Amino acid sequence: MSAAEPGSSYALVPGAFIPIRSGRPGAVGIDLRPAPRLGAPTASEAAQENARRFGGGFAVGRLFRSELRLMFGRRRNLAALGMLAAVPIVIAVAVRWFGSTRGGEGPAFLALVNGNGLFVALTALTVALPLFLPLAVSATAADAIAGEANLGTLRYLLTVPVSRTRLLLAKFAAVVTFAFAGTVVIAAVGAGVGLALFGGGPAALLSGTPVGLGTALLRLAMVCAYLTVCLVALAAVGLFVSTLTEAPIGATIAVVATAVTSQILGAVPQLEVIHPFLLTHYWTTFGELLRDPIGYDALVPGLVSAAVYTALFGSAAWARFSSKDITA
Amino acid sequence: MSAPAVERPPAVADDEGRGLAVTTAGLTKRFRSGQLAVDRLDLAVPAGSVYGFLGPNGSGKTTTIRMLLGLARPTAGAHRLLGGRMPEDAAAVLPRVGALVEGPAFYPHLSGPENLRRLDAVDRTADPATARERIAAALDRVGLTAAGSKRYRAYSLGMRQRLGLAAALLRPRELLILDEPTNGLDPQGTREVRTLIAELAAAGTTVMLSTHLLAEVEQVCTHVGVMRVGRLVAQAPLAELRAGTTVRVEVDSDRPADAVDTLRRLALIDVGADGHRVSAVLGDLPSDRVVAALVYDGVPVQGFRVVRPDLESVFVGLTGEGFDVSG
Repeated sequence: MSAAEPGSSYALVPGAFIPIRSGRPGAVGIDLRPAPRLGAPTASEAAQENARRFGGGFAVGRLFRSELRLMFGRRRNLAALGMLAAVPIVIAVAVRWFGSTRGGEGPAFLALVNGNGLFVALTALTVALPLFLPLAVSATAADAIAGEANLGTLRYLLTVPVSRTRLLLAKFAAVVTFAFAGTVVIAAVGAGVGLALFGGGPAALLSGTPVGLGTALLRLAMVCAYLTVCLVALAAVGLFVSTLTEAPIGATIAVVATAVTSQILGAVPQLEVIHPFLLTHYWTTFGELLRDPIGYDALVPGLVSAAVYTALFGSAAWARFSSKDITA
Repeated sequence: MSAPAVERPPAVADDEGRGLAVTTAGLTKRFRSGQLAVDRLDLAVPAGSVYGFLGPNGSGKTTTIRMLLGLARPTAGAHRLLGGRMPEDAAAVLPRVGALVEGPAFYPHLSGPENLRRLDAVDRTADPATARERIAAALDRVGLTAAGSKRYRAYSLGMRQRLGLAAALLRPRELLILDEPTNGLDPQGTREVRTLIAELAAAGTTVMLSTHLLAEVEQVCTHVGVMRVGRLVAQAPLAELRAGTTVRVEVDSDRPADAVDTLRRLALIDVGADGHRVSAVLGDLPSDRVVAALVYDGVPVQGFRVVRPDLESVFVGLTGEGFDVSG
């Protein structure tokens, strides 16, 4: 939405607003001739100039940075990241003190931790995936619009003005960033603590192929990326729920409940028909990234599922938010 | 008593009315519950005016303001701000409009300046290079510089209201829409805000002031619009509204019968006595002529008053019911 669109029935020009009659009855026209410059630029003139200067990607960047500052400046969100960081630490310390598990008990990858510290990261991601990660993403996504509505700040943002589409996109981008940060925190802390306590001994992929540390780290990064994509789908659901209410807590509970319900349904074999359509169905396939060669065929459905969920709920959020009366 | 109604050259032109900063045509809002909150509103706020937007609680003022700013969609009707169609031209129009809607709202964990920085950051037409100066200037203007690093959470209601005003003044504005800006302020703060509004108006800013404090209206407004259960029951320059009222003279005298005779001789109408108090409708007669006549006739005068009905009685007359003066 640019400030002055050529072709619209009126346009704003620097200086005085002088009415002109346009050909069409009922239309409003404003003189497009340059007005005489008198002293300092007027407010609207300055606005025009700034819109030209900052109207492109730079302004989008400024809004996005502001969202990030808000997101990562919140003690609650930092506590959530701290909670996620604690997961690999607890796992690594426990294994170090009490030794590895007997006969493959515990979550996936746990038995491999002693051989290579990087498996601490993978174990932690596996453990955090059912609840902790979805909880962190749900809380931030659900807060996106409902939180601003709850504070009343939404009405002031929109009268600045910020276009609703732009605000929604910036909010979504910030939530996605947070989801990525969440997985990266687990992976990085896990890798760090794991390598410190267990070393980076000879790593073998799940298919048995030995790989160097560089490749292993790369695979870990790919796991983070895949899980972020999965969480983006949940974030889109959260964003949609967030546009429905002015109560961020209620919205958070609804989104977490969605993720948990999806997993419960996924655990009931009798419901196998609906499993491929569940939000969380493909989340655990990230293990395919640890095979040689990578099981892309198994990963594609997960990516498609996430894309469909994101498109569906993202559109729903947009449709709802762009037509909604702001009463808070 | 009231600010002079200065005629300023129109800053904005509109086919439906030249020189209007806000116009609405048949603006209507029906809630999903079926309640008609705003009913075919035709507002006309002249550019350069200080427009008092009055009405009891629940009369539809805030709903109207929400529609004006594009926060709520009208069920029917259309409106323009500064000549631009809303909500289509919101991106071009709203940067020139400062607003305070239904009380201030900020992030509780951020300080005042941080909150203003946030609002400035989301404004794509604001120059980030001047943000710091503009924020400092806005805070200074509302007397909030001392509160500096305090979190908004710790602000008093009055400080919150001031920060809300500072947000509205982050940039030079052509129109300010202020919903009860003195709510929660102490008498000193109320006076400061009134002075601020007068200054802004003198500099050419149109101010639309929603309030139910009649004293505020009498002191700063040049125009008024009165809402009652969703309808606009009056809209006029304040002076005009007053002109339509009846001015009476009151004479205190221990010879009321003589006073009545004198007033009747002056051809005043509705002359009546109540004990020692005699009153009549003044009409076009200058009040000093009445005093002179009383003295000439040797009527002892203990007290003489020219009584104009106060704004409150004017509004009670308009709204046909008790006006919620105190809020």
